[in-house]
Amino acid sequence: MIKKGKAKKVLILGSGALQIGQAGEFDYSGSQAIKALKEDGITSVLVNPNIATIQTSENFADKVYFLPIKTEFVEKIIKKELPDSILLQFGGQTALNVGVELYEKGILHKYNIKVLGTPVEAIQDTEDRLRFANKVTEIGLKVATSQTAKNVDEAAEAAEKIGYPVMVRIAYALGGLGSGIVNNKAELLDKARKAFSYTSQILIEESLRGWKEVEYEIIRDRYNNCITICSMENVDPMGIHTGDSVVIAPVQTLSAKENFKLRSIGIKLIRHLGVVGECNIQYALDPNSDDYRIIEVNARLSRSSALASKATGYPLAFLATKLALGYALNEVENIITRETSACFEPALDYVALKFPRWDLQKFQQVSTQLGSEMKSVGEVMSLGRSFEEVLQKAIRMLDVGLVGFVGNDLNFQDLDKELSEPTDKRILAIAQALQCGYSIDKIYELTKITKWFLYKMRNIVETEKRLKGLMLYDVSQELMKEAKMNGFSDLQIGRITGSSELGVREYRKELNIIPVVKQIDTLAAEYPAQTNYLYLTYHGNEDDIPLGESNQIVVLGGGAYRIGSSVEFDWCCVNAVMALNKIDKKTIMINCNPETVSTDYDICDKLYFEQLTFERVLDIYDKENPEGIIISMGGQVPNNLAMKLHNSGLKILGTSPIQIDNAENRHKFSQILDKIEVDQPEWKELKSLEEAKEFAHKVQYPVLIRPSYVLSGAAMSIVLTEDELDLYLKKATNINREHPVVISKFITDAREIEVDAVANEGNLFCYAIAEHVENAGVHSGDATIVLPPQRTYLETMRRVKMITKQIARELEITGPFNIQFIAKDNDVKVIECNLRASRSFPFVSKTLKINFIEIATKLMLGEKVPKIDKSSFDLDYVGVKASQFSFTRLRGSDPVTGVEMSSTGEVACLGDDFNEAFLKSLLSTGHRIPQKGVMLSTGTLKQKAEILDEIHILKNMGLKFYGTKGTADFYKENGIDVEELHRPFDNTEPSILTYLNDGKIDLVINIPKTTEKVELDSDYIVRRKAIDLNIPVLTNTQFAKRFIKSIKRYSPSDLEVKSWDEYN
Amino acid sequence: MLGSKKIAKLVLEDGTAYTGNFFGYPKNTNGEVVFNTGMVGYPETMTDPSYRGQILVCTYPLIGNYGVPDYEKEDDLYKYFESNEIHCRALIISDYSFEYSHWNGKRSLSDWMYEQEIPGIYGIDTRMLTRRLREKGTMLGKLIVEQDKEIEFQDINKLDLVGEVSVKDPIEYNRNGKKIILVDCGTKNNIIKAFLGRNISVLRVPYNFDFTKEKADGIVISNGPGDPKICETTIENAKRAMEKHIPILGICLGCQILALAAGADTYKLKYGHRSHNQPANETGTKRCYITSQNHGYAIDSETLPEDWREWFTNDNDGTNEGLIHIAKPFFGAQFHPEASPGPDDSEFIFDMFVRAVND
Repeated sequence: MIKKGKAKKVLILGSGALQIGQAGEFDYSGSQAIKALKEDGITSVLVNPNIATIQTSENFADKVYFLPIKTEFVEKIIKKELPDSILLQFGGQTALNVGVELYEKGILHKYNIKVLGTPVEAIQDTEDRLRFANKVTEIGLKVATSQTAKNVDEAAEAAEKIGYPVMVRIAYALGGLGSGIVNNKAELLDKARKAFSYTSQILIEESLRGWKEVEYEIIRDRYNNCITICSMENVDPMGIHTGDSVVIAPVQTLSAKENFKLRSIGIKLIRHLGVVGECNIQYALDPNSDDYRIIEVNARLSRSSALASKATGYPLAFLATKLALGYALNEVENIITRETSACFEPALDYVALKFPRWDLQKFQQVSTQLGSEMKSVGEVMSLGRSFEEVLQKAIRMLDVGLVGFVGNDLNFQDLDKELSEPTDKRILAIAQALQCGYSIDKIYELTKITKWFLYKMRNIVETEKRLKGLMLYDVSQELMKEAKMNGFSDLQIGRITGSSELGVREYRKELNIIPVVKQIDTLAAEYPAQTNYLYLTYHGNEDDIPLGESNQIVVLGGGAYRIGSSVEFDWCCVNAVMALNKIDKKTIMINCNPETVSTDYDICDKLYFEQLTFERVLDIYDKENPEGIIISMGGQVPNNLAMKLHNSGLKILGTSPIQIDNAENRHKFSQILDKIEVDQPEWKELKSLEEAKEFAHKVQYPVLIRPSYVLSGAAMSIVLTEDELDLYLKKATNINREHPVVISKFITDAREIEVDAVANEGNLFCYAIAEHVENAGVHSGDATIVLPPQRTYLETMRRVKMITKQIARELEITGPFNIQFIAKDNDVKVIECNLRASRSFPFVSKTLKINFIEIATKLMLGEKVPKIDKSSFDLDYVGVKASQFSFTRLRGSDPVTGVEMSSTGEVACLGDDFNEAFLKSLLSTGHRIPQKGVMLSTGTLKQKAEILDEIHILKNMGLKFYGTKGTADFYKENGIDVEELHRPFDNTEPSILTYLNDGKIDLVINIPKTTEKVELDSDYIVRRKAIDLNIPVLTNTQFAKRFIKSIKRYSPSDLEVKSWDEYN
Repeated sequence: MLGSKKIAKLVLEDGTAYTGNFFGYPKNTNGEVVFNTGMVGYPETMTDPSYRGQILVCTYPLIGNYGVPDYEKEDDLYKYFESNEIHCRALIISDYSFEYSHWNGKRSLSDWMYEQEIPGIYGIDTRMLTRRLREKGTMLGKLIVEQDKEIEFQDINKLDLVGEVSVKDPIEYNRNGKKIILVDCGTKNNIIKAFLGRNISVLRVPYNFDFTKEKADGIVISNGPGDPKICETTIENAKRAMEKHIPILGICLGCQILALAAGADTYKLKYGHRSHNQPANETGTKRCYITSQNHGYAIDSETLPEDWREWFTNDNDGTNEGLIHIAKPFFGAQFHPEASPGPDDSEFIFDMFVRAVND
């Protein structure tokens, strides 16, 4: 036990909005940290503007600050709260960076704050490349050698010294230009010359192409006990970022000698660095010997540690917190087994496979090629007892329309290229190659994927071959069993044998081929453990535990985080589970995302880490016989299953799936709206191009085109001209066969209003009306949302409420729902209605301090819920939710918002007025106040005029302006001096790019206006360059106006530091 | 593979049977069924003499992935194996990898088992089987590949397993430094390598060899299979050795022999410790080592005489993991400081011993 110097009040830094490379895993780690502190009776203060997280919910931290994780703000919070200690390891790179800055600026020293866990010096040792290399080599371990070069000669010299092939790396290159491997001097000179034309320094590094990439999660206490919790092997070799790699735990193709050697090396280094708590170490391993290189150490909780924790069942973040507090490893109870010591290394009797989820098709101009920069937005993890099983399960879990490793409707033209230059679809190219009879050797040569994985993949293809040509009833018991053990789904087998999914299911059950339920217990059944962590497999004969107890309710999770569906739905799921616990229901969670809190060990009574597919939900339902299923919390994934599950006789709680279908099906929904006389934008179901043109002509362009059953605006588009309509429809025919494409009138200059609400048997129970800052045309997931609305007429609000009531009644809603409206003057039209929780439920629940999900859950279960006092909807403060974009991470992406959602996360801050809340939110998503100059490109004449007042504000703040000739002329006429710069294609100085590079511009206002080709490209290059240089870019008029107004009203130092509970 | 799959069956003494497919060498066999939770290291584990007479169940489902290394030797010891042959009588797994890949792999696991006439079954619900063994305790079992041939259960603990695995005649491994005697009760090669690597010469003697007459700077009693009480001669020799002041180290079975020689008692564990993740806590400290283990018997620490102390205890179940004499340089570890396969956290025990030897 800790006898002296125990922390009493701890400040925890969160990670802010979800973005590529830093996502939901930090909600998991922060939540566990808070629980660990709480267990010790320590007061916790959390800074995190990510309002959709579990960690920022009631009953977690004692104090929550929805504020930017920036040194200035954290210092103010420190001054106010006076914590005695700080935890830096639980908020990703963001928290770590701020922590190091607080330390370096002497702020921690000034307020006498102790850094718990790994000391800052050790963090710095791992963060600084050079210091790290020194630390590693001084104890005789190996790192990849590298050398910087400032000119071509130095580059050649360095390459000679390191030995070809070498990796050439170039910092800040547009579109990933320039980096790559060179095999000889000629290639190097060529590449270096090109590189030095736009950069002043390059890095020459030893090439580890084709080496295996493996990782270990290590924890250490202050008594020098040091253990490895999990080993992981990347299926993709070195060269692809581990976040974009398929990863399996434990390692598969390493001998015991190699495995324990890397373990020892890791422990030696971690002790040398002095880490206390958790860390991750990455190695490259030569496939032809036992030679290795240490790639890096992350001295904090990470995506890998979240994965390791879920893969093993070992509560890493919880333990890391305890160790940071000063406990010894063997003083902490093993909260998983409750039987054995926490000081042990988990033994797995299954395998866990992580598969990344990409959403690259949502971005224009982004290369789908994978490399050293992470591009995925989420991940899934599958559990099973063979590689074949987990691979196929994981591919289905992605929810991208794939039925498994084989059986998909895909055909690669240039297979060799697809194999050797990996994209997000490489795994499917391997399937095709195997089907075409490529040898394992050939595929290995092209991919460098360890052959063992390829052999296993071939097994799947072999099984497919055996199934091919058979009618379902000709499939033998043995073959069916083999297929299921190799991870084939009923749907997949149905496709191959030409039968229906349910047909296969029936036949399979007749053959008595049913999956079994196994526990994850961290110790391979060596001791009896009371674990609730479960998965299904076909490699087994008995269920581990008795199933089917009474009083159980299933909640379906949201699956992989993706653009449009992430941590906010996990918040809904967790809150639904907690509400069920409160009314003494036994809860079963089904989810497959290792980055979530819903899959934590202590959330539900039973956790099935499983596929959210029709087949698997039925399997679990058959086994558990629950009282009902909640499908309205996990977003669109479970929502899409509603009708099928309902038709199979499963009890869906809340609003009837028939009504869900009525709302999802545009045709049916429209009829309902007509019936209750609610207005909607004119629309038509699209059957032919001619019809579409006719319709568009009638209502006049622009028109909005979208398929039904969409989330995050997949394949949705605003079409301005007939040519564009042509183009779109050619694309659209491939997109959606089952559901028709719909075309509607797009209303310009209108506002968007959203209602998040809960109803009970058709009666509206509680609701929140919020408004978008941007005009209609920006996806609601990308828009900035204000609660309560600031510029909506009272009459509009009243109408919105009335319509909401009518729809609730008509669709007999019980549970959560969301309606989107478009409002122009006092005209209100409904554009969409979802009979499920929406992205903004955590935001409205936390801003209003009314837990909509808890209420909805209780109502769905038929519980009595006390009426909510009307005054609760009347706020004295304002909440603003802003979106986080990851454009910096996606080389080449165009940072503009539109009807396609492209943000990866969000924050929300509270303020005493709109401007304050807005500015806090913006600062939380990486925006900064301009101090020097603003690059203007403000769109059409109308748009220019619209923003003129705000440009005057900027002028009065003493900022300089830059613009192209047209812009300069316009503003000069209006009394604003704008320095004229040349466009990128003019190749003339002074140019915009040079000024951006030179740091003369620290804000870009670039409003896209037309479809004019050259200008658009030129604008794109400016926007992109600004993003690459980390200069804030504003691309929306209303947003830019609000930003300028808010910085006029407030400077960052004026922004009040108030905790959540201080707003009431 | 389909159609050519041959059925094999494991029958336990409690009457339960587990059916899977056969691999390795096609013959019936019997033995004591035990499970190991290590996730890697089948070549080392199977050649560990402590598994003599046992039918080994791997709880980790994917086996055979990296094949089996070649028979390379160094100091006349196999470089990649822990002895000269496979000692377990059969291997029970869930998912066998017919194809392997590793730079150091020379043959498949199945081929290697065929060479050494060891049968195996895959396709078994090893978790279900493990849970059975955990609940009922270690049981006798028989593996039936040839359905038409009869085979009986056999209680291997009545056999002279140590005699089967020990060397018949002394062998010398020379280095420049001091010399120890290694009493071979079924030693793993890595114990010998641990000393050679520390520049210590090793005289490896049979388990019943009267080593007290040999001149040596230290004595090591090795690991080995079965019940320590069967090794009466070794216990007697150890007793006599303890009259002198020469450092003695016992490992696993050797540690139990040391305890018996000191006057303590041993007993059979319900299902033993066989894994790479056992936490051994050093008494009186907050230090805990992750250790590799393979034993079915344990020392009853309550029975330790006055001048002996419990050195380590298992953090999971509180069983004894080592003992140390309060005055003399005698100590023993129930776990395997030589690892192989397993973590090398406790390798310092060799350093301690060598320091005592060099004193």
